Amino acid sequence: MARRVALTGNYAIAYAVKLAKPDVIAAYPITPQSPIVEKLAEMIESGELKASIIRVESEHSALAACFGAAVAGARVFTATSSQGLLYMHEVVHWASRARIPMVMAVVSRTINTPWNIWPDHSDFVDQRDAGWIMAYAMDNQEALDLTLQAFKISEEPSVYLPVMVGIEGFVLSHTAMPVEIPEEKLVEEWLGERTQPYVVDGLEPKGLGPLTPPEDTEDMFYGIQLAMENSKKVIKSVDSEYGKLFGREYGGLISCYYCSDAKYVAIAMGSWTGDLIEAVNTLREEGYPVGVIRVRFYRPFPREDLWEVLRGIKGVFVFDRAISFGAWGPIFTDLVAGLVQYTSKLPTIVNIVAGIAGVHVTAEDFRDMLLSLINRVEIGLEHGYFDWIRVRR
Amino acid sequence: MSRSQAKSPLPYSARDVVLPGDASCHGCPIPMALKVFSAVFGEKMILVIPACCTSVIVGTYPGQSLKASIIHVPFASAAAVASGVAQALKMRGISDVQVIAWAGDGGTADIGMATVSGAAERNEDIFYIMYDNEAYMNTGIQRSSSTPKGAWTTTTPVVGKSENKKDVAKILIAHNVPYVATASVGYPHDLYNKLQRAKNIRGFKYIQIHAPCPTGWRFDPKYTVRIAKLAVETGYWVLYEYYDGKLVISGPSRPLIDPSKRKSIEEYLKLQGRFRIITPEIINSINEYIESNWNWIKKYLY
Amino acid sequence: MVKIREPENNVKLPLSRPIIGVAGKTGMWRTMRPIVNSEKCTACFQCEVYCPVNVIRVEPKLGVTIDYDYCKGCGICEDICPRGAIVMVPETGE
Repeated sequence: MARRVALTGNYAIAYAVKLAKPDVIAAYPITPQSPIVEKLAEMIESGELKASIIRVESEHSALAACFGAAVAGARVFTATSSQGLLYMHEVVHWASRARIPMVMAVVSRTINTPWNIWPDHSDFVDQRDAGWIMAYAMDNQEALDLTLQAFKISEEPSVYLPVMVGIEGFVLSHTAMPVEIPEEKLVEEWLGERTQPYVVDGLEPKGLGPLTPPEDTEDMFYGIQLAMENSKKVIKSVDSEYGKLFGREYGGLISCYYCSDAKYVAIAMGSWTGDLIEAVNTLREEGYPVGVIRVRFYRPFPREDLWEVLRGIKGVFVFDRAISFGAWGPIFTDLVAGLVQYTSKLPTIVNIVAGIAGVHVTAEDFRDMLLSLINRVEIGLEHGYFDWIRVRR
Repeated sequence: MSRSQAKSPLPYSARDVVLPGDASCHGCPIPMALKVFSAVFGEKMILVIPACCTSVIVGTYPGQSLKASIIHVPFASAAAVASGVAQALKMRGISDVQVIAWAGDGGTADIGMATVSGAAERNEDIFYIMYDNEAYMNTGIQRSSSTPKGAWTTTTPVVGKSENKKDVAKILIAHNVPYVATASVGYPHDLYNKLQRAKNIRGFKYIQIHAPCPTGWRFDPKYTVRIAKLAVETGYWVLYEYYDGKLVISGPSRPLIDPSKRKSIEEYLKLQGRFRIITPEIINSINEYIESNWNWIKKYLY
Repeated sequence: MVKIREPENNVKLPLSRPIIGVAGKTGMWRTMRPIVNSEKCTACFQCEVYCPVNVIRVEPKLGVTIDYDYCKGCGICEDICPRGAIVMVPETGE
């Protein structure tokens, strides 16, 4: 029986992992991720979850141990944040380039210096070149659903790439919301046993990752790009399949709100999209034709789906919760690069970076920002621009 | 004994696993050590290999010179990946395959130290092998913490290494793992016996294999075994095992508790070009180091 | 518990398989070649045990054979043979 429980984002992910029945979990504590691993350890030690937990001595070793277990045929899981994710960055690349399916949760927290444990997307987007499929949740229910779907997507033979699922630290990870936990038997039938492209378990001699000449290596990496393209189809079909089985469908790579008759569209990723939607609700009541696109999957970047919605739009406002120093926000960058492949006449695209290092951006703040952006476009602004708005009380 | 009655001292499986035509330098000690492992485990081993000589000795895609399983892993992570592999095999009910982290001194004593310590503390059921060629050989003979005092390396090219050799085996004994041993490519039967004992032990098993490198130590490739033996015969490299809470000196090293039985260290040093820059002060210091090492061993024995 | 399925679309994977001569015919590396004197040999197996390229075979009836396709000519067999039954001579390329 599916159960409806009040769960924090961390626990929602832990319960999703329990349903996926991993064989090996290796993780290292870091705020705000620690409760995920604590919950999993409790489940394992009490016998609820039959898995092996390796309490490793660093995040680099956490992903390395998961990598080893996955290569040897186990379904694995780990979670981390911020500095921990950066510490394991080498292994993040190692895993995707080995084409080994695995799932990792990233509980987002900004990056030092200085010490700061509050959320933005910088740790998550910092991994964007590595070849992992990257999804970001808006609420705890989606965190659970995305984590479960991650196992399915990752082990699909036309994909075979690891998947990371992000949630904001504290905002989601430590806040309880009503979450429906799907029925175990149903998940087991749907997910099935683990599938992977090869296994190194000593039964047949082979080697993984030898010294490889340039041309062959390039072929291998090209395969990752192809897999990313394939994964778009898979993500959509898993989303709709999940909707039929468990009652929740999210729209695929992106979610659209009020987009069908919108003249202006705001784009965002993560939980602050909820505040953005609240702002757009009030603007709609006042007659402004604004819509919202929520980016669910950041990699593969959903340029086709975005183009479908944005092709007739007058003004596009991209809210980024991360910055590439010396340039601009990552979603804005990828969006412009994606759209430029369809048209030479881009709509007016504005990039607002905000909410960095955990600064709280409310629905009122979004409303004010959107009003001023809409007015600028209405009075004749034709080309895009970048601004970092530091919201202060 | 006549030739027709001769019996191989090592099982014939040692013939089929380490394949001819690898990329190692003339006289490389690494395949010698691998042969002993293959004599004990045959194909049924997964070697978890970080960046090191072995990762390139086995050759390039799409081939490898070992008829066993290999996982190439990030430099610092051999012990962690091996831990994951071992747990996965256990969950899958596969119990006849040995998981062996196979790393050099750089990947163990330096960049991998925390990882090795973590796996040892968790008592993961793996072999951890540090083959000790006493420098970062694969990247061009740079100094590691396992380089001996006085040795020329490309990063200690004029003065030689100032510090003594880091004793990783002692560090692992301090972790109180079920099995720690030192070995040498000069004594393959000793290594073979140690593997036969260790393979029945569940938990973390560490073996440090002294591996003289002709290219990095600057000697004629034909002397690899001779120099490995001299290291032991001078008392510089002590062969021992640690298990069941006790230290057991291995046969070839046993007589050398008595300093008068040890060959003079000059015999060992003079064959190696990397010690050409050495001074009498450093030789004294090396002799002191040998003596203090034996004193520690004696304290542990009695 | 785990299913192995090849990736779709003929994807090249970073996997290697065992092969003799992965670095080519390493016999070409030789400047010296080991010659065995079967009169002096007592089949003690030391050369087979120590050879780093695993090209020496000691067979009870046949004596010592060396696969010269892969012998690199390092000279260890000459140095460790207790009977002096192996001698390194210059490689002439025949």
